[in-house]
Amino acid sequence: MIESVAFWALGVLAVAAGIAVFRVDSMARATYALAVSFVAVGAALLLVDLHYVGIITVLMMIMEMAIMAVYMIMFMGMNPALMPMSMVHDHRQAVVAAVGGFVLLAGGALLVPWPTRRGAPAADTTAALGEAIMGSKMLVMMTISPVMVATIVAGVVLAAPRGRYERFGDDLRRRPADDPQPGGVGR
Amino acid sequence: MTVTTVSGVWALAAALLLGVAALAAACLDGLLAGRSAGGAALAGARVPLGEAARLMRQRRRRTVAADALLWRVGGGGLLVAALLMVVVVPLGRWTLADLPVGVVWFNAMDVLVWAVVWLVGWGPNSAHALVGAYRFLAQALAYELPLMFALTAPAVAAGSLRVGEVAAAQRGLWFAVWMPVAFAVYCLGVVAFSVWGPFSPAAASDIAGGVLAELSGVDRLLVLAGRYALLAAGAAFAVPLFLGGGAGPLLPAPLWVLVKALLLLAALVAVRRRLPAARPDRFVEAGWLVLLPAVLLQVLIVSVVVVARS
Repeated sequence: MIESVAFWALGVLAVAAGIAVFRVDSMARATYALAVSFVAVGAALLLVDLHYVGIITVLMMIMEMAIMAVYMIMFMGMNPALMPMSMVHDHRQAVVAAVGGFVLLAGGALLVPWPTRRGAPAADTTAALGEAIMGSKMLVMMTISPVMVATIVAGVVLAAPRGRYERFGDDLRRRPADDPQPGGVGR
Repeated sequence: MTVTTVSGVWALAAALLLGVAALAAACLDGLLAGRSAGGAALAGARVPLGEAARLMRQRRRRTVAADALLWRVGGGGLLVAALLMVVVVPLGRWTLADLPVGVVWFNAMDVLVWAVVWLVGWGPNSAHALVGAYRFLAQALAYELPLMFALTAPAVAAGSLRVGEVAAAQRGLWFAVWMPVAFAVYCLGVVAFSVWGPFSPAAASDIAGGVLAELSGVDRLLVLAGRYALLAAGAAFAVPLFLGGGAGPLLPAPLWVLVKALLLLAALVAVRRRLPAARPDRFVEAGWLVLLPAVLLQVLIVSVVVVARS
């Protein structure tokens, strides 16, 4: 009983905070309204005993929103992020797309004939999740990981305005390095 | 040792205990401040009490176009995060919540501090406070990943994310002894997320108090108390994670937990007057080039030991 009430309360909170993202007039409020929405989703996952997924959702989303607030305020031209501003662009089409998307997904969730459960959930869902991801899919994970790391490194190399030649000179012999902002370990 | 989950009413006792520990930390800091200023140490220990009484009576200072909602949320948030942290700390064999992923819970709560400190800085619509908030996020990017891997090491060694089982896995040898790097990085992380001592440039005097700049009255009291509460919660969580939980001679287990937590808390408080400030822009490089590889190596060693033992 109390779990059902909590589940519905969290569901309503998640949707309400999601709506608030587009109703408030400040970047900071929009960001943290989104964070509240995600935290409510994470807490709802805790209620269905998906402990690990629920808590990791809360962890990742708060971290992401904290970083997102930095970028939004850093990269907004003329810094309107510090002033009241509208959170919507292209209002009419956005509303149509949002309502259409919601109807499609909610309708799908309600109308699809869901299969009945076969078997029982594992006693330790965290361990079961680990097995599912890391057991049979380990080869895939091990193949994808280096590719992802290489992609990140390549992206950083392409985006970095200064490379080692700027830091150490054309013959790479200049010490200490010529950095606009000296680092903490004296490289 | 099995862990028993107690009724939720005991959360009030846990909150009271955390409050007493935070007050003790504040008084110890006052005592150390009094001694280093050459005055009477005992008079210094009373300063936090007087300061708390003064702040409770002080009228709130307002700023132009402040985001009051987010500011208040941030102001209360530090204490809330600390209270949520101690929920998973077992006191001997009793715990409030025996979560199967207690270690991850603690991690999520320390990430909550990112949002909270930024909100405290954003709320007052003040340049100094916002600079402090960004300093904290820069520092957070440096300490969080090493802290996460430091939390991983005991969980790997115990083969469980359940805090009670991590404590029980330390029969004979504390994790702090055979994984010292993880323990040191964990302590550093606790000091950093508490915006304390060397890791308090977010509230430094060179930016007029940073995130604390515009705080007054009871809001300021909540944030200052929240910092001590976070230190206390971090010290309490270190006990089941690294310091053998309630294990110890003579005294009963709950008392040992308290003794260990308070000793570590005292050490963390004393660090403030021993170490210079770590500038976030420099500490980022130290965090990623020194701490992260060191703690990764620690996790590797722990994993090898675990595999070899099984």
